[in-house]
Amino acid sequence: MEIKKKPRIKAIPYEEFNDNEYLEKMVRELNENGANIIVGVLDDIVNWGRSNSLWPLTFATSCCGIEFMAVGAARYDFARFGFEVTRASPRQADFIMVAGTITHKMAPVLKRLYDQMADPKYVIAVGGCAISGGPFKKSYHVVNGVDKILPVDVYIPGCPPRPEAMLYGMMQLQRKVKLQKFFGGVNRKEEDPDGSPQEMSETAAPEPAANEQEPVKKEEK
Amino acid sequence: MQEILEIPAAEFHQTARKLKEEKGMDFLRSLTGMDWGEEGMGAVYHLESTSTGATMTLRVRTADRLQPELPSVSDIWKGAALNEREAYDYFGILFIGNPDMRRLYLREDWQGHPLRKDYDASDLTNPLRMTNEEAVDTTETLELNPDGTLKVQENILFDDKEYVINIGPQHPATHGVLRFRVSLEGETIKKIDVHCGYIHRGIEKMCESLTYPQTLALTDRLDYLGAMQNRHALCMCIENALGIEVSPRVQYIRTIMDELQRIDSHLLFFSCLCMDMGALTAFFYGFRDREKVLDIFEQTCGGRLILNYNIIGGVQADIHPDFVKRVKDFIAYLRPTLREYHDVFTGNIIAQQRLKGVGVLSREDAISFGATGGTGRASGWACDVRKRHPYAVYDRVDFKEIVYPQGDCFARYMVRMDEIEQSLHIIEQLIDDIPDGPYYEKTKPLIKLPEGTYYAAVEGSRGEFGAFIESRGDKYPYRMKFRSTGLPLVSAIDTIARGAKIADLIAIGGTLDYVVPDIDR
Ligand code: SF4
Repeated sequence: MEIKKKPRIKAIPYEEFNDNEYLEKMVRELNENGANIIVGVLDDIVNWGRSNSLWPLTFATSCCGIEFMAVGAARYDFARFGFEVTRASPRQADFIMVAGTITHKMAPVLKRLYDQMADPKYVIAVGGCAISGGPFKKSYHVVNGVDKILPVDVYIPGCPPRPEAMLYGMMQLQRKVKLQKFFGGVNRKEEDPDGSPQEMSETAAPEPAANEQEPVKKEEK
Repeated sequence: MQEILEIPAAEFHQTARKLKEEKGMDFLRSLTGMDWGEEGMGAVYHLESTSTGATMTLRVRTADRLQPELPSVSDIWKGAALNEREAYDYFGILFIGNPDMRRLYLREDWQGHPLRKDYDASDLTNPLRMTNEEAVDTTETLELNPDGTLKVQENILFDDKEYVINIGPQHPATHGVLRFRVSLEGETIKKIDVHCGYIHRGIEKMCESLTYPQTLALTDRLDYLGAMQNRHALCMCIENALGIEVSPRVQYIRTIMDELQRIDSHLLFFSCLCMDMGALTAFFYGFRDREKVLDIFEQTCGGRLILNYNIIGGVQADIHPDFVKRVKDFIAYLRPTLREYHDVFTGNIIAQQRLKGVGVLSREDAISFGATGGTGRASGWACDVRKRHPYAVYDRVDFKEIVYPQGDCFARYMVRMDEIEQSLHIIEQLIDDIPDGPYYEKTKPLIKLPEGTYYAAVEGSRGEFGAFIESRGDKYPYRMKFRSTGLPLVSAIDTIARGAKIADLIAIGGTLDYVVPDIDR
């Protein structure tokens, strides 16, 4: 569990708080008298909970999907790490594992599924096909990478990726979730395409969706 | 290589009817659209008689490239309906008399027909369209007026008052990205309209610009639960064309691998069917045991799902030293486990009531649709390629072809469960005396097939899987087509499900056991 005894807030150094000692003493006293109490950052506990109950959407188009099922089944069992069950409805899912080839006909459907999911939502691209078109890169009917239509958080290469690789990739997503700030973080700096670092205020919704949507719009014209 | 009969387009419909009625050619194995360049466009038909076992290959051609027209035979063989739509989608060939001339795989607003040799493949003609597709409720039948012009007749799929629900493409019970539009009367299914193409990857077109050894890589990805068998079919087809004789060792290894793959696929079938019907524990049992097969594969081939094991002239690598022992352990393990499956699921009263008598497919329909594999055998049609056209060492082993007469979901389920036992039996006979010898024949890196057309079929996990090659003597195939095992199954789903309850569609889809990338190719 990530909650530390001493709350760590990056933007404000520990020394800048005035009454650390008083608070810590109080906590110690309470603990000694048998009261279970910890002091922490609310973000940490929210993210701890969120990252350990990420539920995927039941979504698979082809071969990688079978391996994804294997990851959910007895031997690999992603429920051990909090992925628990796959949800058949996008409204109940936290992230979407794009397992398999995405074709031109499927692309708008996939986009719609993504749009139907409630924020915060994430995308994992599984396998060569979802990353770049994979073995079907030259085909007339295959989208060369889902990142053309969705913002992707984690890429898992392979054809198909081994179940261990999938678990690893899914845990990378957990790491990513743990770093998010729900209550208005101010310290995330994001590189501006022009070079100057930009201050980004973060809200509950992860923002990549906004800037990634552009290429799609262009194609629609 | 079988001789191909050329039949003039004008007489084709009559000839086809005669062949079916007089010569008993009731099974349309495969229908392949073709573009012969200068010589025009057309189609190749592979026929077989289920009573005599005779086979036949026909070719029909039209010289008109701008508006190629052929008579439809969908009234003679029901399975032709979707295949003709496929040929229309690929080549723009209009089939006169087919009640449904929509595209099968591509979007309705797709420009051009991709498998034509004059297709413009640039991204500008067909950019990625992100608009949602409209579903149309009418289809068109084309009929010929006496003066040769076309008469378009509109058919109504679903009228305004019908209650139509949409299932898929993202739905856990469709086993992939298949889409049904179902018209309901209360809970009863009145009609199903199948939409394919959500995973159409254009494999056949890609093959035309790959060398023969390269094309092998794509077969594993068609029906990934029949990876070994698919590749076996293509290798066999190329080997037959080149006249390569593979060593007995390779024959043995291929047969054993095919059967292991079949067990793998049937275990997955069991798992998924049980999960669809609400028995989640059984799903975990099935996957637990499937992993044991995958372990055996992994040791020898290096892959779990996509195996890339067969090559032209043999196999990629010799079997692992532990292979024999592990296979034997697996056989010893699976037999009692199968009994457990039957205890847990087969005897269950809920399962029985949901499967028995539901979704009946008659023998005639199974043949007419060309629904081979477990589905055909559950309808009383002995359609096993291993018996019909033995290959590898299947003529030397003793095994029973499982046939059930009922044609319902329960029969389809039982066929597969019993086939696992037969597969174990086959492996047992072979595993102890795999002959010594080379595990591959040396072939040239650049393979050129002599001019001609070739077809080879194997019994895949879910039916006859065939590879058809037309070669013009180049290092690339001129046309390569795979006979999908799943396409006939979905074309039959309307017939099977009519009159059933909507909840039965889950059991029907589950027991048909299709793999969607194999339908769409
Ligand atoms: S990456 Fe490979 S295994 Fe995965 S969907 Fe694509 S072809 Fe299949």
